[in-house]
Amino acid sequence: MPGQSAATLCKQPAAPRPTERILSWGRYPKIAHQHVHKPAWNDQLPEILKTAGPGSLLPYGLGRSYGDSCLNAGRELIDCHRLNRILGFDDSTGMLRCESGVSLSDILDVFLPEGWFLPVTPGTRFVTVGGAIANDVHGKNHHCAGTFGAHVRQIGLHRSDDGLVICNAEENPDMLRATIGGLGLTGVIAWADIQLRRVAGPWIDAESIPFQSLSAFLDLSRDSNDRFEYTVAWLDCFAGKTARGIFFRGNHAADHGKDLHPKRGPKLPFALPEWMLNRYSVRAFNTAYYKIHTAKKGAAIVPYDSFFYPLDSVRQWNLLYGRQGFLQYQCVIPESNIGAFEELLERIAHSGMGSFLGVLKQFGSAPPAGMLSFPRPGLTIALDFAMRGERTLKLMQSLDEIVQQSGGALYPAKDARMSPALFDASFPRWRDFIPYMDPKMSSSFWRRVTGAQ
Amino acid sequence: MMTITAHPKTARPSHTPVTAMKKIVILGATSGIALEVQRQLARRGCELLLVARSPQRLAETQADLAIRGAQQVSTYSADLASIEQHASIFDFAQRTFPGFDTVLLAYGSMHNQKDSETSVDILMEELQVNFVSAAALLTLFAADLERRRTGCLAVITSVAGDRGRRSNYVYGSAKGALSLFLQGLRSRLHPVGVRVITIKPGPVQTPMTDHLPNSARFADPERVARDIVHALERRSPDVLYTPKIWRYVMKAVQEIPETIFKRFSF
Repeated sequence: MPGQSAATLCKQPAAPRPTERILSWGRYPKIAHQHVHKPAWNDQLPEILKTAGPGSLLPYGLGRSYGDSCLNAGRELIDCHRLNRILGFDDSTGMLRCESGVSLSDILDVFLPEGWFLPVTPGTRFVTVGGAIANDVHGKNHHCAGTFGAHVRQIGLHRSDDGLVICNAEENPDMLRATIGGLGLTGVIAWADIQLRRVAGPWIDAESIPFQSLSAFLDLSRDSNDRFEYTVAWLDCFAGKTARGIFFRGNHAADHGKDLHPKRGPKLPFALPEWMLNRYSVRAFNTAYYKIHTAKKGAAIVPYDSFFYPLDSVRQWNLLYGRQGFLQYQCVIPESNIGAFEELLERIAHSGMGSFLGVLKQFGSAPPAGMLSFPRPGLTIALDFAMRGERTLKLMQSLDEIVQQSGGALYPAKDARMSPALFDASFPRWRDFIPYMDPKMSSSFWRRVTGAQ
Repeated sequence: MMTITAHPKTARPSHTPVTAMKKIVILGATSGIALEVQRQLARRGCELLLVARSPQRLAETQADLAIRGAQQVSTYSADLASIEQHASIFDFAQRTFPGFDTVLLAYGSMHNQKDSETSVDILMEELQVNFVSAAALLTLFAADLERRRTGCLAVITSVAGDRGRRSNYVYGSAKGALSLFLQGLRSRLHPVGVRVITIKPGPVQTPMTDHLPNSARFADPERVARDIVHALERRSPDVLYTPKIWRYVMKAVQEIPETIFKRFSF
């Protein structure tokens, strides 16, 4: 700086490290971090935790959370992607021990050829085990298998105050329950023991059935839930109360000897211009999607990846929504309040801002695995909204009213904007969670919904 | 409760190795690039001997590779930079891992250049780790392969060794010296059919380079590892640039006259 003497320059604190921008999957909000730690070994974590200030850290996996629950604006992240070792596997029981940065994709690559499958999988394989636990993710088999956290038998948790804490059903069971769905705020998971399940092969006996109303969906879902391990529906959110969509259901198929050759899909190289995505193009896409699936309805044996991970076939599909990014809205509404659900769909259709891929699923009644788990009995819907400023946020606020009045909840992993009041209504026990938090952990999401510093 | 079992997996159908790469010694097995190379070798069902400093990290890596399909994984904990320990490393390899066909040298260190300009200790350490110790260790293994008239020595140097730059010439000169050493070694071992591969990666996203500016734009270590494994399996090239573009970039950089190059600050 001109005019500044060397002496004053020396007194300045050491230059802050370059700010690093890390985006979540929705590419909104766009915030900078002070530093991103990239430990490659578990033995480096105690030092990182020890030297950090209070409330300054947050573990980060593959950044598939949509909003700000995996971000820590102006503070630090611990990027766990290099902590990706498989530490043990018992092939008589299917018990897997791995580090927190191992991805579900990696687990499938290594263990599916041996006849083992994930106990629960979300709609993308590119999440880490740590992220799957921290968000207590669910999948198409929620009605029979519960959430991912229900299959975590034991974890080793690095804490800034207590060192490595072992948590299982006997030792520190409360800390285990707090960490499942605990949004990374209870510490850094060193390793986790996950119960894999046996399957005959990589194929799914799948069936798709078009439906034209919400009650038709519910009938299909109730009828299928005890015969099919996996159920989910795609919903055309431009259709409003008439709720047309495609119901997908499936079971693991018996082995039929054929090998599966994985294909590497295309990749969206850059953010699409925003005018390409408008109510006409999206409506046309939805109609085409409905027509195509109606035409090829019925049963078929399909590869597991096209059944579970259709979106993973286009890498970086989130760039579809342009530079401003997008918001995802995922709520659950009790089934007793089906009227509220219809009103929600009505408002989305009316706004004309809905997008592709409304996903509809009836949750089962399994008790929650974590203190802040999102899934609970009811109907859940997830859909994307391209971020177009104030009007997008307004629409989502009006949806919030319905969710809150109906006794529903919003999913933190998908959220970048819910109000503290709605968080409180969704997770009334969040104050009981606070004592389990690691004093050095915080997140943008947590500060936003609780007012914590 | 936990047991580690190795699954004897057969090689993938897409892969047709030309050379008999089966038993591989990895010197610096916990380095960022080595970790990725080892995973790909494990998937091919290779046998591995891992040498690195930390027993804890070696044990974690060993478990991971055994589960991912490596036929056998053994480890030896030693400080590769210390020449006094080289004899015991070589002895261990010969005794417990006889008939190894490939040696991959993958360790290195990169201090902040500024530190080695002011501290001779750091300068000497940088040269010791990246060149002196590597040359010493390679001499032991080269003699063995030469006697057996078989095998392959693959060594990770760097594009930084192709030209001395203001911001990185200490690391660069050590790696450059290593590349020269390998040129001679290759020529010496060529008549007996031992291959020497000089691997020159561009900047790669590993713990060694995290402190450099723009490290997020560096090459993906998995991709670099793919190139390395591919080179190990084929009969060519002698010098591997990875990602490939660096072969042309460095050719251009080497053509710049010194009178102009000395003014560049990178």
